[in-house]
Amino acid sequence: MTSSLTQSDKRGVAGDRVFSALTVSAGVLILLTLAFVALFLTVNSRDAVYQEDQGGWILTAFLDYAYPLVIGTLIASFIALILAAPVAVGVALYISHYAPPRLSKGIGYVIDLLAAIPSVVYGAWGMSFLGPALIPIYGWLHENLGFIPLFAGDPSQTGRTIFTAGVVLGVMILPIITSVCREIFIQTPKLHEEAALALGATRWEMIKMSVFPFARAGIISGIMLGLGRALGETMAVALVLSPGMLTASLISSGNSTIPAEIALGFPEAPPGSERQAQLIAIGLVLFLITLLVNMTARWIVSRHKEFSGAN
Amino acid sequence: MTQTPTPTPTAASAQGGPPSLGDGSSNGLVRRSSLTQNTLPSWLWIALLGGSIVLGAALSALLGFNLASFFIFTAAIYILSSYIVTRTRVNRRRATDGLWTNLVYLAFLIALMPLVSVIWSVASVGIPGLLAPGFMASDMQGITGLVDQASQTEGAPVLGGIAHALIGSLLITLAATAISVPIGLLTSIYLVEYARGGLLSRAITFFVDVMTGIPSIVAGLFAGAAMAWFLSVFSGVTGLLTTQRSTLGITAAIALSVLMVPVVVRTTEEMLRVVPNELREASYALGVRKWRTILKVVLPTAISGIASGVTLAIARVIGETAPILVTAGFVVNTNWNLFQGWMTALPVYIFRQFQNPTSPNFSDPSEQRAWAAALVLILIVMGLNLFARLIATLFAPKQTGR
Repeated sequence: MTSSLTQSDKRGVAGDRVFSALTVSAGVLILLTLAFVALFLTVNSRDAVYQEDQGGWILTAFLDYAYPLVIGTLIASFIALILAAPVAVGVALYISHYAPPRLSKGIGYVIDLLAAIPSVVYGAWGMSFLGPALIPIYGWLHENLGFIPLFAGDPSQTGRTIFTAGVVLGVMILPIITSVCREIFIQTPKLHEEAALALGATRWEMIKMSVFPFARAGIISGIMLGLGRALGETMAVALVLSPGMLTASLISSGNSTIPAEIALGFPEAPPGSERQAQLIAIGLVLFLITLLVNMTARWIVSRHKEFSGAN
Repeated sequence: MTQTPTPTPTAASAQGGPPSLGDGSSNGLVRRSSLTQNTLPSWLWIALLGGSIVLGAALSALLGFNLASFFIFTAAIYILSSYIVTRTRVNRRRATDGLWTNLVYLAFLIALMPLVSVIWSVASVGIPGLLAPGFMASDMQGITGLVDQASQTEGAPVLGGIAHALIGSLLITLAATAISVPIGLLTSIYLVEYARGGLLSRAITFFVDVMTGIPSIVAGLFAGAAMAWFLSVFSGVTGLLTTQRSTLGITAAIALSVLMVPVVVRTTEEMLRVVPNELREASYALGVRKWRTILKVVLPTAISGIASGVTLAIARVIGETAPILVTAGFVVNTNWNLFQGWMTALPVYIFRQFQNPTSPNFSDPSEQRAWAAALVLILIVMGLNLFARLIATLFAPKQTGR
């Protein structure tokens, strides 16, 4: 006679095995997808740097094509960062330390609404409303500060410049930086804040001495995440900017960014052509740049994880 | 750091008391005032703000009045004057504190401006277009430049609509959800329930984070290239297909799921982690197997959070333009088949109507349709966001009694 206590019940073992195998394979599939993204982009961009009938490697030709786009992308992103970062940190401070506590959650939702507006709508807004509104400012800058190369050149009559694109990008990355900063400002140890206030610090001194040192890594990584988003943002730039050659002037039409170039050029490029390979190749460049930025941001967060809780 | 409580003549006169320093008889008055001397009257900021508004209006009227310059002048005058007043009447530290308080409030106002401006501009132009007859029910088939020209020059009603784009968006998003929810859910189950902090789980966590930052256009390029490769291999092996272009609805769905999977993983992982361990242990104690514990105990407990996370992920990808533009293309007629032919999604429709108006010389009808479509898209996305929060709060598991 067998005891039911010493005998293992085998029913259901298969279910356990199958289920755990399924979950592992889903995780592996994600890793494979990312690897395939890199692989497919690399393989398909081969034609952009190697053409048999043009004497083998044409790397310099590709670089000549790519570097104005890379610089244009960086210019637009940095304009966005310079405009958005201070405002975003201020808004996060407002939500975490200045707004009435009962309202602060609702205010957070309102700022999140900025993130809910699709990028193509931002593009349309930048093209039809923001751009024309900025024309007088461009004219003024050109007249009074035209000796600076940034404001040289004919001011745009439509307002569709790299600066307008940068402003739109700034609006779009504002909620991202704000939400990261807000999370971290809230986590500042209450005891630090109260100790500072008890020593007679004003609210600003308390923020400067207890909140900012605690949140520094979080602020930086929030800004990096915003930068990653700005670099890869397509539609806003494609609609706002009237693309052209690389120029130093921010207020005349010209410059272009990688995502806008792909979005405008790809539907017209015949499949399998050198043009398509070229567009995929700059896509790969963009992928690598954003990968670098995002990994740096995550690395900063993870390095400070033990005492900032920013993850 | 602290200031000595010696009242200056100005501070004393601010309280309305006589500036009687050194007078022995009023010593009690001076001591009492040393507690209140570093405060400004509470009405002062209203007075300053009122003065700044008047002055700002006057200054901007000099330059030709407009709202932006009025706002800038008012803010600058108010911040500067309140700093100077506090600096002279109280002390430097208070003035710095007040300055930064004002700047933080200003940052918040600045952040609100684009939100209000975007919603106002979309609503003001979009509502008339939305009310045009048949806008939601018709597609763009038969809408030529001549039709739009008639609308603009002869006042004929604006024809054409977004039915095909709505159907395309719906199908593509549904397919993307069907692909990414199982993958995302299973991955987060692996991370929470099975992984023991090994190399694989750390790699997945890290690369899911990295994937969150993939530019959407790169996801589109990947999906297009992958589908083209798959089709050529497939037709090479089976000989069934002649080389077909990879521009299909399903390609766009794959591109969107590349963007959606990391969002789903992140949110469901968080939700699974807050399921109390006691529930799992109670289930194991009853002899229930792990996979049934996960399916019958863990998932039902976390289902509200998972549903709201999935809804947020849908809201994120339904507004994506670039990946659909490079993978599914754009057409004027309705296409119900994800696996055959080009397909239009709502964001791509908006983009095309702006970028390539149906009638290049008479673009008003196109812009009207685009703004109305933008309004519809914003309403969809905001509705999804609201719905997600509603699910999360209404169906949240009870926190007490456990």
